[in-house]
Amino acid sequence: MTRLPGGLIDRSRTLSFTFDGKRYQGHPGDTLASALLANGVRLVGRSFKYHRPRGIVAAGSEEPNALVTLREGARAEPNTRATVAELYDGLVARSQNHVGPLNFDLLAVNDLLSPFFAAGFYYKTFMWPRAFWEKLYEPAIRRAAGLGELSELPDPDAYDRGYLHADLLVIGAGPAGLMAALAAGRAGARVILADEDFRLGGRLLAESDQVDGAPAVEWVDTVRAELESLPNVRILPRTVVFGVYDHGVFGAVERVSDHLATPGGAVRQTLWRITAKRAILAAGATERHIPFADNDRPGVMLAGAMRAYANRWAAAPGTAAPVAIFTNNDDGHRTASDLIARGVPVAAVIDARAGVQAQGEYRLMAGAQFVGTKGRLGLHSISVETSAGPETLSVGALGVAGGWNPNVHLASHHRGRPVWDADKLAFVPGAGGPEGLIAAGACAGQGSTAEALADGLRAAGEALAQLGLPAPTVPLPQAETRHDNVAPIWHVPGKRRAWVDFQNDVTVKDIALAHKENMRPVEHLKRWTTLGMATDQGKTANVTALAVMAELTGKSIPETGTTIFRPPYTGVSLGVLGGGDTGAHFRPRRLTPTHHWAKENGATFVEVGPWMRAQYFTRPGETHWRQSVDREVLAVRAGVGLCDVTTLGKVDVQGADAGVFLDRLYANAMASLKVGMVRYGLMLREDGIAYDDGTCARLAEDHYVVTTTTANAGPVYRNMEFARQCLWPELDVQLISTTDAWAQIAVAGPKSRDLLSRVVDDFDLSNEAFPFMACAPLTICGGLRARLFRISFSGELAYELAVPARYGHALMARLMEAGADMGVTPYGTEALGVMRIEKGHAAGAELNGQTTGQMLGLGRMVSKKKDAIGNVMSRRDGLAAETRILVGLQPVDAKDVVVPGSHLFDEGAPRDLDHDQGWITSACHSPHVGSSIGLGFLQNGADRMGEVITAANPLQGSEVALRVVPSHFVDPEGGRLRD
Amino acid sequence: MLIPHPLLGLRDAQEFTYLGDARLIERPTSGDEAELADYVFQRDNPAGLHRELWFHEQGDRSWLVVTRNTLTHEILGAELARDVSLARKEGTA
Repeated sequence: MTRLPGGLIDRSRTLSFTFDGKRYQGHPGDTLASALLANGVRLVGRSFKYHRPRGIVAAGSEEPNALVTLREGARAEPNTRATVAELYDGLVARSQNHVGPLNFDLLAVNDLLSPFFAAGFYYKTFMWPRAFWEKLYEPAIRRAAGLGELSELPDPDAYDRGYLHADLLVIGAGPAGLMAALAAGRAGARVILADEDFRLGGRLLAESDQVDGAPAVEWVDTVRAELESLPNVRILPRTVVFGVYDHGVFGAVERVSDHLATPGGAVRQTLWRITAKRAILAAGATERHIPFADNDRPGVMLAGAMRAYANRWAAAPGTAAPVAIFTNNDDGHRTASDLIARGVPVAAVIDARAGVQAQGEYRLMAGAQFVGTKGRLGLHSISVETSAGPETLSVGALGVAGGWNPNVHLASHHRGRPVWDADKLAFVPGAGGPEGLIAAGACAGQGSTAEALADGLRAAGEALAQLGLPAPTVPLPQAETRHDNVAPIWHVPGKRRAWVDFQNDVTVKDIALAHKENMRPVEHLKRWTTLGMATDQGKTANVTALAVMAELTGKSIPETGTTIFRPPYTGVSLGVLGGGDTGAHFRPRRLTPTHHWAKENGATFVEVGPWMRAQYFTRPGETHWRQSVDREVLAVRAGVGLCDVTTLGKVDVQGADAGVFLDRLYANAMASLKVGMVRYGLMLREDGIAYDDGTCARLAEDHYVVTTTTANAGPVYRNMEFARQCLWPELDVQLISTTDAWAQIAVAGPKSRDLLSRVVDDFDLSNEAFPFMACAPLTICGGLRARLFRISFSGELAYELAVPARYGHALMARLMEAGADMGVTPYGTEALGVMRIEKGHAAGAELNGQTTGQMLGLGRMVSKKKDAIGNVMSRRDGLAAETRILVGLQPVDAKDVVVPGSHLFDEGAPRDLDHDQGWITSACHSPHVGSSIGLGFLQNGADRMGEVITAANPLQGSEVALRVVPSHFVDPEGGRLRD
Repeated sequence: MLIPHPLLGLRDAQEFTYLGDARLIERPTSGDEAELADYVFQRDNPAGLHRELWFHEQGDRSWLVVTRNTLTHEILGAELARDVSLARKEGTA
């Protein structure tokens, strides 16, 4: 490790790290990039398409080349920019995108084949034969062209999300951002100051500037100390504000522990959602390069980055050899002066402008033309043409200074269109863009330190006035004003390839080809050449590409187009967007009141929407789920069983107009329901399609309790509120969802009455006193408030008993205890499903949003006497003419299995849509029938009882002969329900 | 997005469920199939100001009529749908 004097690194501590297995040293304050350069490493990776050797280009998040895989194993993180990876002890990094060692990449053959890989080559080359694309071309291209590889292991780290609110969000902590945050902080505004770097100061850290007569870093530290002391200011270092969203909402990622070897119990990253009344964008500027022949060799860097490595990180640009600067403006000269001051030898400054003066003790080649570079794995010489003739200079690095592009990214969200500043030769934020966002400093084209400080103060004043807060009272510090005097020299013409977009390997020739092929609008240029579409979104490439295209078309740059940027500003990991909502936390999980009881009693659970429901209960000796389910079904049909049905939606409907209201919601009549009775109800959508079903129980004149299916509990409640508030607000009716308030247990089977009689308090359960479809409030178990409904899903004598949810577990235990001598059996959703198919009840598979009441055999329920949601539309011609109707299906050969999803055909008819007669919705093994059975919709089904049809399942290649039967396999007369 | 709830102040849009065109409030009562078909299937999709229904599902369960500019997402106001519906019914009564 060789270090220059000075810099903002902590030389008292040494950190050890490896790159491609080789061990190096660095210091706290280093990035991986600065440490690699200090160790003389110039070659860090291979390019995307041509596998060209590449080195570090930039010193910040705009880096196009130095993408590495950081860490190992499950924590391996591909495509990390070495320029923003903070060095820690034990850091492990690997280069990417090469086959064989980095310095002898076998796929470098692509570079020799480059004439075939010009812009648009995918579209032209791999057209034929068509079948080859998926099997041959695409996998080969994907393997050869690419970035790093994922570990494919689960991410071991935790991520979090948080919400912050502020009067003012300041994005960027350079001179403009610090000034703005200080002014607003002193004025009492709630301020959040976010910066992507781990140290505040922005570009001031990279410069040799003075502020108020002292090194700028001292001013930064003083401001930082004051901001930290203000309770109304929150500083978020290592935080990228990646996007602006509606109404002052900003997305930001804080890299909480990316700078540590492992998070050690902390989260890795936090996703912040920041709501701010105003925001100041002080995002700085990004230097652009000037494409010339072979400008992508390791050692060719942005001049400002070279300066940053020398000033901030005390690192020479990876070489002990002299360096040269190629510039079209005064900022390049500044780099030369700073390098010399740090002891880096400067061979020459090549200024494309004629007639300029040197600004220090270095050789100036003014008006010189760049010819080319040499050095396959690292720059070793450059060739220049001056009026004196050609000359070759031996250099280890070349700094390229092409002027600075304001970082307009966030200002161009929300359809903000940057405008061209012909004087500064740069796009600056224009009108439009996010409301309440004020650009300040270098990102607004105010790039010198003095301008940035003044502009930050100006922006803070503007924001404070809009917020109604006192004007800032901060004096403006003294600093230097500079002008870059950029000349419009965008690239150096030549025969060899000159790179514009390093990350996606797009050259000036590619742009010329796009021009020739009439892909001239910037949107076409981008897609044809893939320019600007890499992970860096073309931060160092887009404006230059636009300038090259403008030159080719003979138009001005603003006439040619503009560059706007979508979120995110820099790459955001999927892990942090998930914010910890993974695995079991992916969504809330709802447990029934008897969940723990079921778990202790051998239940296997199944997800039903957000609910976990008991699917079946395994008893000792049972080795297959069918054994458990058959046993449960037979036990209910012969004795009594218990099932938790809490998950069905429950809505309490109260008010003088409750009956009228429900009459308009359900296709069938509800106002006429007698108090103490329950009625099955069918809800339609307004377009006439069946929507949901359930029961309405009338507990009092002005009090109903309605149930919905489990899946539709939320949507039906939402629709009921819509009807109440939007359609009929004049009705006296109130609603509340009570799904969670009541535990409800189905007690089903011929012995259910006997079992219930053991828990009710002095309540007459006789058929006369409490007939089928009766309901009543009552007390049980010596005073517990409960509701009893005599309804049946299984087709047996059955009840549903509801108690406050906290008693659900105890009730289940009590019923099991009370019915032990009669063999009471808990059953799960599987047995529930078998029994409802045996009984021919419709459920989710039948109410699938494509069926009508008529198809379900419930057509007569749809009242013609009243207006209810969907009733009129259910009678329109297309639906009324529908002849498919719900039927039962039973295999002709009892050994055959009915497969849901199969389609129904006449025997021997072609298996196509024209001959399709319907489909199978539900099927199960019926222990009652002794074979597989199913339900399905069949054309003219009502008239085809006894007919044999074919169920075809082309996916599985199976065909089964089925007999059409009535949908009630059990007790078709319904006697069991009523006795 | 933030929605200015008339009772609860600025609330995050994530608390709401979106339905669409507020003309859904104007359900025809004639029982005429053509009129209902228009109500069920026809929606305007304006580029600009749009009155639309939002349900404060993770909140107080109010249905709101929100006036939003679909081009800029600017929200110009929010009313209780119940008030909008009642005013309309009184106007036509």
